[in-house]
Amino acid sequence: MTAAVSISNVSQRYGQATALTQVSLEIEAGEFVVLLGPSGCGKTTLLNLIGGFTEPTEGHILIGTRDMAGVAPKDRPTTTVFQDYALFPHMTLRDNVAFGLRMRGMDRAKRSAKAEAMLALVGLEGRGDRRPHELSGGQRQRVALARALAVEPDVLLLDEPLGALDLKLRRQMQGELKAIQRRVGTTFVHVTHDQEEAMAIADRIVVMNAGRIEHVAPPREVYLQPKTLFTASFMGEINRIPVQGGNAPFGPVPAPDGTLCIRPEALSPHGSLRIGLCRIDDAAFFGTHIRAHVSPLTAPDLRLVVHLPQSQPVEPGRVLDLGAETYVVLTE
Amino acid sequence: MSLAAKDSRQAWGLLAPALVWTAAFFVLPFLGMVALSFANMEGRDIVRGFDPGNYARIFTDTVMLGALRNSLEITVVVTVISVVLAYPLAAIIAFRVPARWQRLALMMAVLPFWTSYVVRSYSWLLVLGQNGVVNKALLGLGLIAEPLQIASTRTATVIGFVHFFVMLLTLTIYANLIQLSPNYARAAQDLGASRWQTFAHVILPLTLPGVVTGAFLTFVLSIGDYITPQILGGNTELTLPQLIMLQLGRSGNFPLASALSVVLMAVVTLAYFASSRWLRLDRV
Amino acid sequence: MIRMLSWAYLVLAYAFIFLPVAVLVAFSFQNGRLPVPPFKGVTLDWYGKVLGNDDLTAALLNSFLVAVVSSLVALILGFLAAHALARVRLPGSALMRGVLIAPMTVSTLIIALGLLNLFTLTGVRLSLWATGIGHVVINLPLCFAIPYAAMGDHQRNAERAARDLGAPEWKVLTLISAPMLAAPLAAAFFLSVTFSWDEFIIAFLLTRFDVTLPVEIWSMLKSGLSPATNAVGSLVFLVSVTLVILLELTVFRKRP
Repeated sequence: MTAAVSISNVSQRYGQATALTQVSLEIEAGEFVVLLGPSGCGKTTLLNLIGGFTEPTEGHILIGTRDMAGVAPKDRPTTTVFQDYALFPHMTLRDNVAFGLRMRGMDRAKRSAKAEAMLALVGLEGRGDRRPHELSGGQRQRVALARALAVEPDVLLLDEPLGALDLKLRRQMQGELKAIQRRVGTTFVHVTHDQEEAMAIADRIVVMNAGRIEHVAPPREVYLQPKTLFTASFMGEINRIPVQGGNAPFGPVPAPDGTLCIRPEALSPHGSLRIGLCRIDDAAFFGTHIRAHVSPLTAPDLRLVVHLPQSQPVEPGRVLDLGAETYVVLTE
Repeated sequence: MSLAAKDSRQAWGLLAPALVWTAAFFVLPFLGMVALSFANMEGRDIVRGFDPGNYARIFTDTVMLGALRNSLEITVVVTVISVVLAYPLAAIIAFRVPARWQRLALMMAVLPFWTSYVVRSYSWLLVLGQNGVVNKALLGLGLIAEPLQIASTRTATVIGFVHFFVMLLTLTIYANLIQLSPNYARAAQDLGASRWQTFAHVILPLTLPGVVTGAFLTFVLSIGDYITPQILGGNTELTLPQLIMLQLGRSGNFPLASALSVVLMAVVTLAYFASSRWLRLDRV
Repeated sequence: MIRMLSWAYLVLAYAFIFLPVAVLVAFSFQNGRLPVPPFKGVTLDWYGKVLGNDDLTAALLNSFLVAVVSSLVALILGFLAAHALARVRLPGSALMRGVLIAPMTVSTLIIALGLLNLFTLTGVRLSLWATGIGHVVINLPLCFAIPYAAMGDHQRNAERAARDLGAPEWKVLTLISAPMLAAPLAAAFFLSVTFSWDEFIIAFLLTRFDVTLPVEIWSMLKSGLSPATNAVGSLVFLVSVTLVILLELTVFRKRP
């Protein structure tokens, strides 16, 4: 079961405050889309609008071909995995997972069997008699997922479902989430503020800021060819160098005006856009790489962050010849 | 001395005053009362001993059995009505009243709580009495020809109790309702539950401990109360506390009063065990 | 539809809750001998009579004294016990919590009767002090449970930090624990004062001469309905409500 979601010109206001401004987005059936942005950017509001927990002030939301205006959450082909999971503490895992089926009038034997199958899908086979408080955070997250998927929604909405887990578990769950989505084929709309999580699981990332969509593209494109300065910095550390009249402080650049954006790992001795000789100011060992601050000799006031290979000698004062392999120049 | 031992010695020191006080002025008097309940009266003197005669009398004397039955009936009716009336009130305040007005709405709902308990029963007398507001209003509207006899009946006692406990239960149930994450209700509705199903399958079970705790307090406080039945119910249908006070005042029969108290205590203990699965007394 | 029904229910509930208080206050101004309809006009005479009544003012002072002193004692005992039980794992701590909370589940009539027996047996004279002892017993559970429920990890860590920095236990209690728990402690104290102030049966059975306000009002009732009783009741209500509002605006302001 899967369906496309079409969001057109949706705005949401609470009194004076505007949470979303003229948002439009097409999500394909079976796609794994991640809404990414800082807190307060409107990503959760957008998720609530799709789920039907709030009605948009303006605009339309279609799921499949059906307009969702005035359709209550219980009548929408969507289910939600909540941030706090909202597992019913007084029910067993089986009853939790079977709750939606029970509300649809399925008889006990059938819905229990389905619930067990869903628990098996998320790797909790045979634990149907347990209660939520007996589980670890990661297991609760799986139960919430099984419960939401049990009613075979067309669209699954996930509100920062991994936010409460520690880093290691989060990385593991990301992989599982992606695998489960591939298996069931349901459209997933996932909200997070963690850009690494977004890149790890998304088919497409929707970067949001201050109630607007900044960029919609696959992870690689969002990271390497950001459309806006906000996207560029939100997706990871980046050097921003002002360009005026085709010149950066260290030399000529193939663009008239704007901001030259270079990721720290894109700087190396081989890069095509030459920065020239740079002096190392300081450096720290990060395990996978060495993170150093350098200044071009031609522009000593400019400080760049660069990731160097572990074997690179980096005592302060040493001079390296650097260039950028990938970069964008943004004009805004 | 180890650190843990020093800590626990210090803790005992801090605990001791409260424990000693409770032992001396609560546990000890209660045990004394149990002992006294097996004593006898000869004239106006108390003869100590081990005579279960007081208990035999309580469970054979029709007046005393009647008082026990009255107390139980009134208390159960009061507890049930109070919960049934208070739950919707608490829910409306928690879910319908806008957040910024909730504290005010709650304060208003329990404001008469702060009148004196004795005065509150007396006020109901002014409302329900022979010449009271209700009768005058009904007579004035021509709905009745003769004033209704409400005061000095069980109905008056129940109304007086319900008034008090609706306020108490509204407080405890409200506190429970707003502690619930709103996501429980949203999750239920998201999975297809109607409003009623959401309430029956999710909200009610989750608030059950709070409701039961409030109901238990209602039970304890109303079954042991002397003032409300004495002022509003009068002397036609005595309750246990009224009977106990009669023994103390009229005949100075402390042993019988003690035995009646022990019976009262036993009833409360039974209620405690019946509800203990859901009780959260340290979370009131 | 449901929305309309909700508001209707709210209005009816408030009407039921306020009915007796409204009648009480309205007929305290009755220009006549009986506080029942018909309303014969407004007078402040009954207030004058009540405020000029020495027995009532004495009872009021007694009530105030017992309420404040017994609540303070209960608060100190309860807070110390809560602090000890929240901090250290002692053998049988569940049992001790049970014992400390037990008086809450026992009718005050039984507590009063037990104390009456005890005091008669040991020859303790019945007085305001005896009443105060009883009021500490009924308020101790509350003064224990409220601070106990409020003591969390946050609290424990701050206390540990203070001890680590060299504070002796009594300084930890007075400089860290008590100020951090100011709101629940104030709530417990205030509730205790109200319960003690309003308590009838213990005061009735354990005090012979220096009676408290509820007992004095009780004896007024014996002479039948009178607007004077309404006036006393209205005054008590006014004072309590003022206190509640003051507390709401000060102590509980910060809580969500």
